[in-house]
Amino acid sequence: MDEATLDGIARRTSDRRTVLKSLGAGAAALALGRPALAQSSEPLRIGMIVTYSGPYADYGRQMDNGMALWLKQNGGKVAGREVAIIKRDTAGPAPDLATRFARELITRDKVDAIMGLDFSPNAIAIGPVLSQAKIPCIVLNASASVIPSKSPYFARISFTVGQVSAPMGTWAGRQGTKTAMTLVSDYGPGADAEKAFGQSFAAAGGKVVGALRAPLSNPDFSAFVQRIRDEKPEAAFFFFPSGDLPNNFLKAARERGLAEAGIRLLATGEAMDDSYMQAAGDAGLGLITTHHYSTAHPSDLNRRFVAGYRAEHGDYAPNYMAMTAYDGLAALDAALAKSGGKGGDALMTALRGLAFESPRGPIEIGPETRDIVQTVYVRRTERIDGRLVCTEFDKFDRVTDPLA
Amino acid sequence: MTTLGPRRVHPAEILPWLALAALPWIAPDHVLLGSQIAILALFALSLDLLVGHAGLVSLGHAAFFGLGAYAAALLALHGWSEPLTGLAAGGLVAGLAAALVAPLVVRVHGLAQLMVTLGLGLMLHEAASRARVLTGGDDGLSGFDLSPVLGLFPFDLYGFTAYGYALAVLAAGFLFYTRLAASPFGYALRGLKQNPARMAALGTDGRRRLIQGFVVAAVLAGIAGALLAQTTQSVALESLSFHRSAEVLIVLCLGGTGGRYGGLVGALVYMAARDWLSALSPHYWTGWLGAAMMLTVLVVPGGLGGVARRLHGRLPRLHRATGTRVAAGGES
Repeated sequence: MDEATLDGIARRTSDRRTVLKSLGAGAAALALGRPALAQSSEPLRIGMIVTYSGPYADYGRQMDNGMALWLKQNGGKVAGREVAIIKRDTAGPAPDLATRFARELITRDKVDAIMGLDFSPNAIAIGPVLSQAKIPCIVLNASASVIPSKSPYFARISFTVGQVSAPMGTWAGRQGTKTAMTLVSDYGPGADAEKAFGQSFAAAGGKVVGALRAPLSNPDFSAFVQRIRDEKPEAAFFFFPSGDLPNNFLKAARERGLAEAGIRLLATGEAMDDSYMQAAGDAGLGLITTHHYSTAHPSDLNRRFVAGYRAEHGDYAPNYMAMTAYDGLAALDAALAKSGGKGGDALMTALRGLAFESPRGPIEIGPETRDIVQTVYVRRTERIDGRLVCTEFDKFDRVTDPLA
Repeated sequence: MTTLGPRRVHPAEILPWLALAALPWIAPDHVLLGSQIAILALFALSLDLLVGHAGLVSLGHAAFFGLGAYAAALLALHGWSEPLTGLAAGGLVAGLAAALVAPLVVRVHGLAQLMVTLGLGLMLHEAASRARVLTGGDDGLSGFDLSPVLGLFPFDLYGFTAYGYALAVLAAGFLFYTRLAASPFGYALRGLKQNPARMAALGTDGRRRLIQGFVVAAVLAGIAGALLAQTTQSVALESLSFHRSAEVLIVLCLGGTGGRYGGLVGALVYMAARDWLSALSPHYWTGWLGAAMMLTVLVVPGGLGGVARRLHGRLPRLHRATGTRVAAGGES
C-alpha cells in the first residue's frame, strides 16, 4: 500500500504545472470540472484522512487492512479501475491538520473521494471543504450525530454511539428491568450514550435511578462501582471508549461483586472491542452488549471477511473499523457502478439510499440523512474454545441514529 | 554580547521574505502548508518573547492561542465575519485573560512556573470541554464563513488568500517583535532574565515588566490562534491542548530562542519535516521526526536559528561594501 503513497508524492511534481496553469483561470472553476471518471483509465484516487501514529495508530492500521482485504477479494479494482490510496496521518484529533489534508488531497492530489475520518472534530472540520469542492466523503468511524448535516457530501457507513445505546434501553425494558443506573466517560460520546439509553429505557417502562460520569483519563472505578452497589439498581449500563477502560471497569465490578448483588451489567460493543476483549478474561463473561458488529456474526460474507483477515494477519483480529473500511470500498464500488463512474454530485446521489450486504449484516445509507441505517444486535459474551466471543441472540432491525 | 544587541533589520533580510511571498508562484500546491507554517511561526515568536527574552517558561501557552481561536470563531459564528477585527478580538481576549493570570505566573520561577502554566492550560481545556453551549465541546466550532480580507480577497479552496493573509500577519508580528526587542522594554525583559537583582537595583519594576511581557506575548498568541481559526474555518479543543503547548516549545528549541529567526526557522523545519515524513511513512514518521530533532539539538545546540544568526554576523562586511552602515558592530 505504500506504493500508493509514493505514487502520490511523485505525482505532485507533475500536478504542479496543471495547478499553475489553472491559477489564472480562477479558483472556483478548478476543483469542480471532473466529469466522467468511467471513460478514463486513470486510477481512482482515494484520500484517507485517519490516525496512523500515536496512541490511536490501531485505527489506521485496521482500516488499511480492511481496505486491502476488500481489494484482494475483489480483483484489486473498484468499479473496474485501479485504485491509488493517498494516506494522511492526523495523529489523533487535529481539525486544523484534517482541513489542510482535505484541501491538499483535493487540490494537489486530485482525489475522487475522501475516506476515513476516525475522530468527530476532524470530520466536522472538513465539511465546508467538501461542500466547496463537491467531493464526496465516506465517514468510516467519526460518530458525532451532527456530522452528516455539516455537508451534503458526507455519507456515514459506521455507526453512532446513540444508535447502539438506544436499543439496549429498549431491550432491558422488555426484559422487565425496572431500575438502572448509567455510568459513562465524561465526554461527548459518553453524554450521547447516557442520553440515548435513558430515553429508550424510559420509553420501555424503566427508570434511570442514577447517572454517573467518570473522567476520561485514568479513572478509579472502585468508588463508582461502590455507589452502584449501594444504590442496588436491577441493571447498570456503562459506556467507555474502546481500549483499557471497559476491562478496568469489569474487573472492578467483579472484585466488588456487582453480579452477586444481583446487578446486571449492560454495555455497548465498545466494551467488547475485538482488539481488547480477550484481556477482560472471566470478568467479561455474561456481559450483555449491543453493537452493530461482532466477528462472530453468522453469515457467509462475515466468515469470508474474518477468514481472509486472519489469513493475512494471524492473531491480530479484525475489529469494527476494519469491517467498516472493507464496507467503505464496497460502497464506493457499488455507488460508482450506479453513477456510471461519475464522481461529485452523481456519486453522492448514488450513495444516497445505497443498500448492500456487509459482514455485519444488511446495511443502508439513509436517502435523506446520508447516515447509516443498520441492524443492532444484542450479544452475550461467552467463552468458546478458550476465547471470549460475543454471541448475537437478539436484534433490532433498521436502527437509525436516535439523536440526529 | 549578542543577546543584548538591538540587532536591526539588515536590508538583505528582505530576501527570505520575498521568497516566502513568492511561494504561491514557486510551489502553488504548498500554500496550505505555508499558511500553517506562518501561523505556527507567529505562535513561536510569541512564546519566544517569554522564553527567549523575559526568561519565563510556559507549558500552557496554547491557552492563549486557543482563546484567540475561539474568540475569532465565535465572532464569525455570530455574524461578524470581517477577518481583521476578528484577529483583533482574538488578541484582545487572550490579552485580557493573560492580564488576569499573569500576577500568578510571575510570582514563581522555574519548575513551579512550569506547573502553574501547565495547570492553567489544563484547567482552561477542561472548562472549554464542559462549556458545550459556548465551545461546542468535543465537536468544536465550524460552519462559519468569513468575508474577503480587506473586502478584496475572498478565501479560496486552494488557500492562496489564506496564505497571503497569514504571511502578512506574520510579517507584521515579526516587525513588532523586532521593534519590541530593540526597545527599552525589550532590554528590561532581557535584563530581568539575566540578573533580576541588578535590574531591581537599577530601579526597574521587574514584576510589572514581566506581567506586561506576559500579556504582550499572550496577545500575539491569541492573534495566531485567531488566524488558525479563520484560515481553517474551524476550531476545536485541540487548539487549547497541552500537545499544542509542547509542540510550540519543540519548535522553539529547534529554531533557537532569543533570536528573531528562531521561531520562523523552527516552524518551517518542523512543519516541512513533519509533512514530508508523514506522507512518506504514515505509520512511523514520528520516530523519524524524533531522530531528526535529536540530531539537530546535538549538532547545533543553539537551534537552527543560531545558524542564521551566525550568517547574519558575517553580513556587516557586505554593508560596508554597499555603504549602508549598521550599528551592529559597535554593540556586539
